[in-house]
Amino acid sequence: MPKPTTIIFPSMDVRGAASGGSATSGGGVSIELDSVTKTYPGQDVSAVEDFSMRIEPGELVMFVGPSGCGKTTTMKMVNRIIEPTSGSIRIDGQDVLSLSPDQLRRHIGYVIQQIGLFPHMTIADNIATVPRLLGWSKKETSARVEELLDTVQLDPAVFADRYPRQLSGGQQQRAGVARALAADPPVMLMDEPFGATDPITREKLQAEFLRLQADIGKTIIFVTHDFDEAVRLGDRIAVLSERSQIEQFDTPAAILAAPANDYVASFIGSGAALKRLSLMPVTSADLSFGAPASGGKRPQLDPTATLRDALDLLVVTGAEALEIVDADGTRLGCLTHAAISAALTQSSPTRGAGPAAGEGVHR
Amino acid sequence: MVVAIYATIVVQIELSVTRSADPVAVTGITKELDMTLVAAAADGLEGLDGMAEFLDRRSDDLTQMLVEHLAVVAVSVAVATVVGVALGLLVWDRPVGRSVTITTAAVILTIPSLALLAILSPLFGLGWGPSIVALVLYSLLPIVRNTVVGLREVPAPVLESARGMGMTRTGVLLRIQLPMAWPIILTGIRVATQLAIGIAAIGAYVAGPGLGQYIFRGLSSLGSRNALNYALSGTVGVVALALAADALFIVIARLTTPRGLRA
Repeated sequence: MPKPTTIIFPSMDVRGAASGGSATSGGGVSIELDSVTKTYPGQDVSAVEDFSMRIEPGELVMFVGPSGCGKTTTMKMVNRIIEPTSGSIRIDGQDVLSLSPDQLRRHIGYVIQQIGLFPHMTIADNIATVPRLLGWSKKETSARVEELLDTVQLDPAVFADRYPRQLSGGQQQRAGVARALAADPPVMLMDEPFGATDPITREKLQAEFLRLQADIGKTIIFVTHDFDEAVRLGDRIAVLSERSQIEQFDTPAAILAAPANDYVASFIGSGAALKRLSLMPVTSADLSFGAPASGGKRPQLDPTATLRDALDLLVVTGAEALEIVDADGTRLGCLTHAAISAALTQSSPTRGAGPAAGEGVHR
Repeated sequence: MVVAIYATIVVQIELSVTRSADPVAVTGITKELDMTLVAAAADGLEGLDGMAEFLDRRSDDLTQMLVEHLAVVAVSVAVATVVGVALGLLVWDRPVGRSVTITTAAVILTIPSLALLAILSPLFGLGWGPSIVALVLYSLLPIVRNTVVGLREVPAPVLESARGMGMTRTGVLLRIQLPMAWPIILTGIRVATQLAIGIAAIGAYVAGPGLGQYIFRGLSSLGSRNALNYALSGTVGVVALALAADALFIVIARLTTPRGLRA
C-alpha cells in the first residue's frame, strides 16, 4: 500500500500512519495565500499583486481570467515553480517557503496543458516518477501504477508498457493526471489541463475528472480561461483580472446569479440563465404540476438530468410539460416552463453558501 | 577478395584523378593522399600489376595496422566522448561557458593535423601519445556541440513537468535530458569517429599507429615500384574502416535509442 514517505504537511501524518491509502484515499488540505505578490525584475507592474485567498480542504477552485492576467503565475507560486516576491503561502498551515522546493513538489500533483510526459519512458515509468523519488519499493510502485491506470480508465495491460507517442491526446492527458496523482498528493495544481484537447475529448475528460474528484477529494487549483469549464468543474470560481486581482470569488451558481461587476458579467458572456440551469438538477424545481389528462402523452426525463436538459427537451418537443421518471419507472412529478423559471428566480437572490462567500468581492 | 579490392582501387584512382581536378573539393588529408595517387597514376598503371602479390605478402602487416588504426580511433573517441559529454553537461545552460567551449573546440578543429602533431610530439613524444591527444582534441567539437544541442532541445513542458514533480536539477539532467539527447549525442560521436579515422592516418607522421604508415611510406618512396601499392592499400583500408564504423554506428543507434524516441 502506498504511503507518503516524508511527512510534509501536518495532517498527512495522520493519514500516512493509517493503514495507507489507495487511489481513492486522500482528501485534501487547506491552501492559504496571504498578500502574495510577484514582480519580475525590470518590470514596473506586478504580475500578481497582493493576492489573498483561502482554499478549504478538498475544494476545487477554478482560476478564470484572460491570458496574461497572472492566474498561472499565481498558481505556480504554490509549488514554487515561480518564487513569490513577497507574501506567504501556507499549505495545511505549513509555509511552503520553509520547505525545500523539491520535497514540496513531490507532495503536490502538477498537470500542465502540454502534459510533458517523458517520451523516452513507458507510461508506467512516467507514472512511477514521484513514487520512485520518494523511495517506494518496486512492489508498492507497480501496484500503485496499475491502480492509477485503472482509475484514469487506461487498461494497464494495454497501456503500461506503451510510450507516450503511441497514445492519443486524450489518453496522454489521462496518463498525465495519473502521474500527478501517483504519490497521492493532498494538493493538485492543474494548468489548463484539458485546453489542448478537442471539444468532445475535453467534455469526456471533464466528466471523468469530476467523477474522480468526487472520490479523491483533493484540494485543487485549476486554471482555465474557459468560463464554461469553470462553471462545470469548480466548487468555487475566482474570476481574475489584470495583476491577478480577484473580481469575484464564489460558487458558480452565485457568480452566474449575481456577477459582482461588469467585468465578471462580461466574462460570463451571454446565456447566464442557461448556464445556471445547467447547474441545477430537475429535482430542484417544483414538480407538483398535475398528472397528464388520461390519454395525454408527455416526454419523459430522468431525475439526474439538469434543468437545462429539461428546458431543451421542452423547446424541442413543444410539450407543455415533462414527466420526470426515474430509472425504475417511478413517476416523480411533472415539470413545466413556469416551474423552471420559478426555480431560477428562487435561487438568484441568495448568494452561494460557499465556505467563504462573504469575502467574494475583493475591490 | 583480392579482385574486389583491386576493383575498388581502380575506382579510387579514377575518383582521385577527377577530384584533384577540382581544387575546392580537395582538403586536408585527402589533398595529401590525392597528390600521391595522382603522381603515381601519372607514372602509369603498370604499378598495379604487382598489387595482388603485394597484398598477399603484407596481409599480416596490413591486418595489424588496421587493428591499430581502429584501436587508436576507438580509444580517442571514447576519451573524447567522456570529456565532450561532461563538458556539454557543464555548459549547456551557461551562455558564456557554452560559446567559449564550442568556439574553442571549433578553433582546435581548424588547426592542420600535421601542424598539431608537430606541436604535440615534443610534449608527448612519438607513437600513440600524440596521435591519441590530437584525435581526442579533433573529436571534441562534434560531441560537445551535439551534447549541448541535444540537452537544449528537450521541450520546455517536459522540463517543467519534471521539475514540477520534484526532480532535482541533476536528476532532470541525467534521467530526462541526457536520455532524450542521446540520439543526437550519438550522431556527434559518429561524426567524430569518421573524422578521427581520417585524421588518424596522419598520425603516422609522428610514428603513430595505423594505416597511415603505408600511406606515408608510399609518399616517401614516390617513383619506386611499390609506392602506389603502399599508398592505395593504406587509403582503401582507411575508407573501408570508415564505412564499417559507420555501419556499426547505425547498429549502435538502433540498439541504444530508447524505444519511445524512435521515429
